[in-house]
Amino acid sequence: MSALLQLERVSKTYRGGGPFSRGAEVTALDEVSFAVPRGACFGVVGESGSGKTTLTRLMLALEAPTAGRVLFDGEDVAALAGAALKRFRRRAQIVFQDPYASLDPRMRVRDIVAEGMAIHRDALKLGARAQTERVVELLSIVGLGAQHLHRYPHEFSGGQRQRICIARALAVEPELVILDEPTSALDVSVQAQVLALFETLKQKLNLTYVFISHDLGVVRYVCDRVAVIHRGRIVEEAETPALFDAPRSEHARELIAAMPDPDPDRSPFRL
Amino acid sequence: MSAAESPKIDDAQAGGDRAAMARALYRFRQSALSIVGAAIVLMLLALVVVAPWIAPHPEHAAGGFAMGARFAPPSAQAWFGTNELGQDVLSLVLIGGRVSLLSGVAVVLAATLVGTLVGATAGYAGGLIDDALMRFTDLWLTLPGLILAMALAAALGPGVANMIFAIAVAWWPGYARLVRGETLARREDAYVQAARALGAGPLRIVGRHILPNIVSPIIVKMSLDVGFAILTVASLGFVGIGVKPPTPEWGSLLSNARGYLPDFWWTAIFPGLAIFLAVFGFNLLGDGLRDVLDPRARR
Repeated sequence: MSALLQLERVSKTYRGGGPFSRGAEVTALDEVSFAVPRGACFGVVGESGSGKTTLTRLMLALEAPTAGRVLFDGEDVAALAGAALKRFRRRAQIVFQDPYASLDPRMRVRDIVAEGMAIHRDALKLGARAQTERVVELLSIVGLGAQHLHRYPHEFSGGQRQRICIARALAVEPELVILDEPTSALDVSVQAQVLALFETLKQKLNLTYVFISHDLGVVRYVCDRVAVIHRGRIVEEAETPALFDAPRSEHARELIAAMPDPDPDRSPFRL
Repeated sequence: MSAAESPKIDDAQAGGDRAAMARALYRFRQSALSIVGAAIVLMLLALVVVAPWIAPHPEHAAGGFAMGARFAPPSAQAWFGTNELGQDVLSLVLIGGRVSLLSGVAVVLAATLVGTLVGATAGYAGGLIDDALMRFTDLWLTLPGLILAMALAAALGPGVANMIFAIAVAWWPGYARLVRGETLARREDAYVQAARALGAGPLRIVGRHILPNIVSPIIVKMSLDVGFAILTVASLGFVGIGVKPPTPEWGSLLSNARGYLPDFWWTAIFPGLAIFLAVFGFNLLGDGLRDVLDPRARR
């Protein structure tokens, strides 16, 4: 079984300062390696500032790593260009943390969700009318409907906006979806609904997830394998039950100890 | 305030638009000065549009004169009096306003177009392109705008189009800087990142996502600038470069009347008042629009 996404000793350093001064180097990621098999839900857990956001940007080829390789289906994503890059953009998608910031406030829901179809018109072969039909279909998959087509993002609640973000990501029929703290801006009751939606979609559409979060409770609920990241390094990687039952690293133990309620039977994320 | 700012609308597809419009109008009406500004601007534009039909002596604006009626003070026959050629000052001011207002607006439109192109390119591309474009813009800003415009207008020769071009050339850097700054701020927004991740190219990202979200500050700056542009047009007219006589223009009317002060004050006062009113009106309107469009300046 080959990995859909594989990171090989990926590092990223940022340098501060301007053209005349050399600022201090900041290492955001330090030789991070992991592999995500097709159909898996791989969790990456860490506190703020641990390098999660940088990791997201590298996995999506929004930035290039300083060293190491990000392989998607065997290809180095930093080396992609032109048609190959466009193809990668269609196959890998993201749902961002903040549903309030990740939707263009000046666009209607129809255009937001259809944008990917317009960009990838050649690959998806959908005309304007077919796009609208597909948008309605996607909206119904995520629990919204045709009555929402012509509304603006500000007219929706946080959970509804996150559903719009999900529909936008699914519109291009991706294989990999990176979920960057997709529920941390939501109320607990809404979190559970959205998490359940992810689970359903994964089964229905054969998706592979990378689930990035600081919330171990959520990760335990959805992921089958988890990596703990601390100051840009992976300090532990294990199957979810193993990590929670017998954490090997000090940092993982601390994170687990900091969970509000470690008992899954009493977890609010249990449906 | 957040609840009042985003009411839930349950039916009517365009409900969001209408509610947003209603809120904006409400805020606009809250400020009496912006209403005054809008009224002045609309009145001036209306007068200038119908000027050839309402001016008592439209032929005077084309060079006609009446030497028998020189320097008549304001009266029931000639409200603004007549000048040294017996021309009706009211007619000259009304028709001269067409050139002044049109030039002011055209200067700002041209400057906005160029400045937005440069600023958006620099802001979105970043890196070397940004550095090169912005240093070029800075270089432009080191030249005093009015002097540059005068030199260019003088070099190009008289004519409305040349004058507009000359002033716009001196005017665009302000827009380039504004648009670059706003573009930089929007570039890292999550919705722009999402569009990038979807595979959107730079043209689509800037055109569809960034520019629509930064039009508000641009419009505010434009409305504030029209007044100054009119003033600059008048300044060029005043020093005698710009519009070719006998085409009347507020600045050249004022300049022409200089020699007849203080005895024949009406030849200078009325063009001067027209300039003042136009600048004042556009500034009030700009302030009002900022209150409506720019959430950061909202009380």
